[in-house]
Amino acid sequence: MNASLVQYPYFLAIVLFVLSLKWMSEVKTSRRGNWAATAAMIIAIIATLLAFRTQRIDLLIVAFIVGTVIGAPIALKLPMAAVPQRTAMSHAFGSLAVALVGAADYYQRVPNIDTLTLSILSAEMILGFLTFTGSCIAFAKLQGLISGLPLVYRGRIVASLSSLGIAVALAVYLVLNPLQGFILPIMAGFALLFGFLLVMAIGGADMPTVIAILNSYAGISAAALGIVLDNKLLIVAGSLDGASGFFLALSMSKAMNRSFTNVLFGGVGATVTKGGGAAAVVRTTQSYEVEDVAAVLDNARSVVIAPGYGMAVSHAQYVAKELADILQGRGIDVKYGIHPVAGRMPGHMNVLLAEAQVPYDQLWEMDRINSLFPETDVVIVVGANDVTNPAAKTKPDSPLYGMPILEVNKARTVVFIKRSLNPGFSRVDNELFYLPNTMMVFGDAKKVLTELIASMKKG
Amino acid sequence: MTTLVVNLLIFVMAAFLGTELIRHVTRLLHTPLMSLTNAISSISVVAALIVMTEPKNSLVLLLAVVAVALATTNIVSGYWITERILRMFRRQKETK
Repeated sequence: MNASLVQYPYFLAIVLFVLSLKWMSEVKTSRRGNWAATAAMIIAIIATLLAFRTQRIDLLIVAFIVGTVIGAPIALKLPMAAVPQRTAMSHAFGSLAVALVGAADYYQRVPNIDTLTLSILSAEMILGFLTFTGSCIAFAKLQGLISGLPLVYRGRIVASLSSLGIAVALAVYLVLNPLQGFILPIMAGFALLFGFLLVMAIGGADMPTVIAILNSYAGISAAALGIVLDNKLLIVAGSLDGASGFFLALSMSKAMNRSFTNVLFGGVGATVTKGGGAAAVVRTTQSYEVEDVAAVLDNARSVVIAPGYGMAVSHAQYVAKELADILQGRGIDVKYGIHPVAGRMPGHMNVLLAEAQVPYDQLWEMDRINSLFPETDVVIVVGANDVTNPAAKTKPDSPLYGMPILEVNKARTVVFIKRSLNPGFSRVDNELFYLPNTMMVFGDAKKVLTELIASMKKG
Repeated sequence: MTTLVVNLLIFVMAAFLGTELIRHVTRLLHTPLMSLTNAISSISVVAALIVMTEPKNSLVLLLAVVAVALATTNIVSGYWITERILRMFRRQKETK
């Protein structure tokens, strides 16, 4: 196949990529979507190999084998609870790949490289390298290798922005002096530093937005490479990915009522809560035992389970499903209320509950479930916190104010399972704890639910 | 120069198309969507293969080969994990 014939398989791959996203819109066709994208990728790779025959097929085979040997065990063995960190890790791999190809293309072209090409390449490399370290830190935070709390220090915004500034300045220098190849690794170094500093200052609960932004960067870099190489397939596939990540990031930050800038530089959870300690008003919560909850559930006709990241941490999705099965066996209507930013990546809760074989028609999005809370007898909050805080609606001085929440407080009774009275990620006290219709049950989510089930079976 | 304009146009159009397509993806599937688009972004493997055609020196070759390995990792695990996640989604009547 020569280089002009390759356009036809590329065209086919582009169509398949577009169709795959179209088919991802609903569960029914989603697997077809995944297969379409897989086919598109295979077509793209084979066509490229045939059209651009490399002399070093041996090294290529080694690279394919290494990639498969690393990728296959991850794909096979990865527990669903670890999907957010694996997503962060794959963003790291993908963005490093894009950055390295950018560098390779520079060394390949130099000294015959025009200003425009080098400008795009430099921007692409900066984006790729910063996404690489950013994703590595996101991975480390999600995996629990380092603290999920934002690293806060005086002048952190200045520090991270100046590292980006230096990287950009070096890029400009390189564009003006294309032969000064030694600049490239230094520029890469500052881009790497920026990604590191940027994500170190962001906390765990903001990861849904951060992961989505990093997703978008990897796509945009690939599209930039496509522009440099005049390769339409790269442009379209990269751009689709970039748009997807960007849209998800927007939708996440909207669900938290925060701007991108606020997510990236706001450092929520970083500030020590004002008025803690002695100044705080002593308020009482009503602590209950599982037997009390079992009694309330005996008289319930409708129950909503509201999961959050705590459910993922304590792997409570299976017991939650078991509880739901028991309740349904008694003729009680059970639904799950899912907040868009519950968990550590977009859609995290849905995957965990699907893993526990919860049918997806029981998973209700926030907007739909909110209208049902006034008619709901019992809401069981499992490991969620900030996303249920009524202060987001009522207290204009709260950092959460304006964030759409699951309005669980409108239900007749709220059962709130919580490890301790410690505030959630945002370090904001939850108003819900002190409402008269809230029953606090302290303990690990999985343990409490298991005891609750035992108590219900007894009674 | 015109090639650049055409390519930029394709980029912008694809971005609009992508946004419209993603807008219609149910929230239920946002996680598998992300693992799928992540695998799609490994299309950069094509760029690595093109750069590898006639590498000028061993540095170019090395960078491209490492990129191919990294992208392959994502391609293999990305589609596979997406398939595993999607297979878990069942309706009520299908589970009973």
